[in-house]
Amino acid sequence: MTATHTPAAAKRPTAAHSRGRRPATPSQRPNWLGGLIGWLWLAVVIVPIYWIVITSFKTQSNYYLTNPLLPPADPTLDNYRLVIEMDFPLYFLNSLLVAVGTVIPSVLFSFMAAYAIVRSGSASRFLRGVNSLFLMGLAIPLQATVIPIYLMIIKLHLYDSLTALVLPSIAFAIPLSVLVLSNFIRDVPKELFESMRMDGATEWMTLWRLAFPLTRPAVVTVSIYNALNVWNGFLLPLILTQSPDKRTLPLGLAAFQGGPYGVNVPAVLASVVLTILPILVLYTVGRRQLLSGLTAGFGK
Amino acid sequence: MTVSATATGRTPSAVAPAARGGGVLPWLALPALLAFVAFAVIPLIGVLLLSFTSWDTLGTIQLTGLESWQSVLTDPGLPHALWVTFLITALSWAVQTPASILIGVFLAGHQRYRELLAVLYFVPLLLSSAAIAITYKALLDPNFGLGAGLHFDLLTQDWLGEPGLALGVVIFVVSWQFIPFHSLLYQGGVRQIPRSLYEAAELDGAGRVRMFFNITLPQLKYTVITSSTLMIVGSLTFFDLIFVLTEGGPADATRALALDMYKRGFQANLMGAACVIGVILVLVGLALALLLRRLGGRDPNASQLEGA
Repeated sequence: MTATHTPAAAKRPTAAHSRGRRPATPSQRPNWLGGLIGWLWLAVVIVPIYWIVITSFKTQSNYYLTNPLLPPADPTLDNYRLVIEMDFPLYFLNSLLVAVGTVIPSVLFSFMAAYAIVRSGSASRFLRGVNSLFLMGLAIPLQATVIPIYLMIIKLHLYDSLTALVLPSIAFAIPLSVLVLSNFIRDVPKELFESMRMDGATEWMTLWRLAFPLTRPAVVTVSIYNALNVWNGFLLPLILTQSPDKRTLPLGLAAFQGGPYGVNVPAVLASVVLTILPILVLYTVGRRQLLSGLTAGFGK
Repeated sequence: MTVSATATGRTPSAVAPAARGGGVLPWLALPALLAFVAFAVIPLIGVLLLSFTSWDTLGTIQLTGLESWQSVLTDPGLPHALWVTFLITALSWAVQTPASILIGVFLAGHQRYRELLAVLYFVPLLLSSAAIAITYKALLDPNFGLGAGLHFDLLTQDWLGEPGLALGVVIFVVSWQFIPFHSLLYQGGVRQIPRSLYEAAELDGAGRVRMFFNITLPQLKYTVITSSTLMIVGSLTFFDLIFVLTEGGPADATRALALDMYKRGFQANLMGAACVIGVILVLVGLALALLLRRLGGRDPNASQLEGA
């Protein structure tokens, strides 16, 4: 869970201890250039986000008249009311269904595959092939395949349904999930697997009772990562759905912005805030796991 | 069996399943394999096959041989889209990589406030490209945007109306969205550099700048390659952001390959031609990934087997 923090915490005292004094290694001496860049970048990142939030509480006339970077003198919730009265709760539900429908199968399938790949080591030619296929999948821009997917979905009579979004999303999520999960399963001490086997446990039991609980942080990481991708996905909903009641949030946002309320910038920004909010909550809860899992998953 | 395996110096668990004839392990990989084959591999083959057909999304699919290829390859739109994609990829790489390395090195320090900054930096990654595009469209509006509101003339330009500026905006917004991610990769990379290297350099009287160029940068080699691969393969397929921000305009100035594919297929109803672009995207993506892996001299597959 704290892959990025543990080594650092462990390293610091030993370094100081072995030298008898705190060595002035680069991370301890002031780094003016780095600091300047770091704070400058913070401004670049935060100003647009701050602007979205404050503007979403402004009335439309206030938006045109007041200083764009000053918070509203009389904040209003009207924009949020307008957005919620539009179809946004429905878009929200659609996004949620697609995210849950994608994340659960893709993570379970990926975990089983990652377990098989790690446990077989290099012994199974089949699993080595599967692993190579997934690794190659990482490099292939899957967006390039949307037209055959569109055709398949039509042939399967799934066009304009949420299922149409779930099926390709599962496939798109698998390569990276397998990579991250197998990197974590590999860290489970071999002796534990061995002793489970001695106790007569099947691979199936070892998978769920040993590997799964021990690598739960990685499972959470890939789940959040995949959920984020699906939640923010735009191309698949754009080509695979048509009716307004099948829209997911990003598509709803784009339509809202282009629609009759498009000129109402504060309302559009309120809808932006509403789409970020749930994912921000998820991020706050799973942040450490997400970050450490991602850095470990991509290797050094 | 276990004893003999240990005697040969190999870990028993790595050998045991194969000794038992593969067991159930291959079956465990089957659901993922099937899902991936059905909706990634088959479409991948499909895009190649469909590039030899003509289909207008309504009628039947007809085999037309190389017609679509011919029409796309002789269309001046293709070199233009390739050029726009190249510009976006190369320039956003050139902006993002140095910035991400510097920010990553900065974040690798262990002070609390740096942890807090890393938290805040991550926020752009949580926003959908559609949301980001909508935000910047409003922020950069020449009449009601940030520049106009602050009466700041330098900012008050027709950012999305001038071809050169619009391309610059796309590169800026892409960097805004993804530098946070890459700087986290570099942060992780820097933290894995052995401290002893810096201590030795310290004893030799090396300054910070020399340490950065002689230790940090060479040690980050694999991180640079991982990050560049993700960046470059990713920027080939930028779609949502450009679609919402500029729709490829003005005057096709930001019509990159993925958008070109969408427009040919779903707006002009030339699915065959769109699939030709799809095949080109796959080929370019694979070629770039292989090239970068060769540069890196490290095969992720091999490194995984070492670890097993």
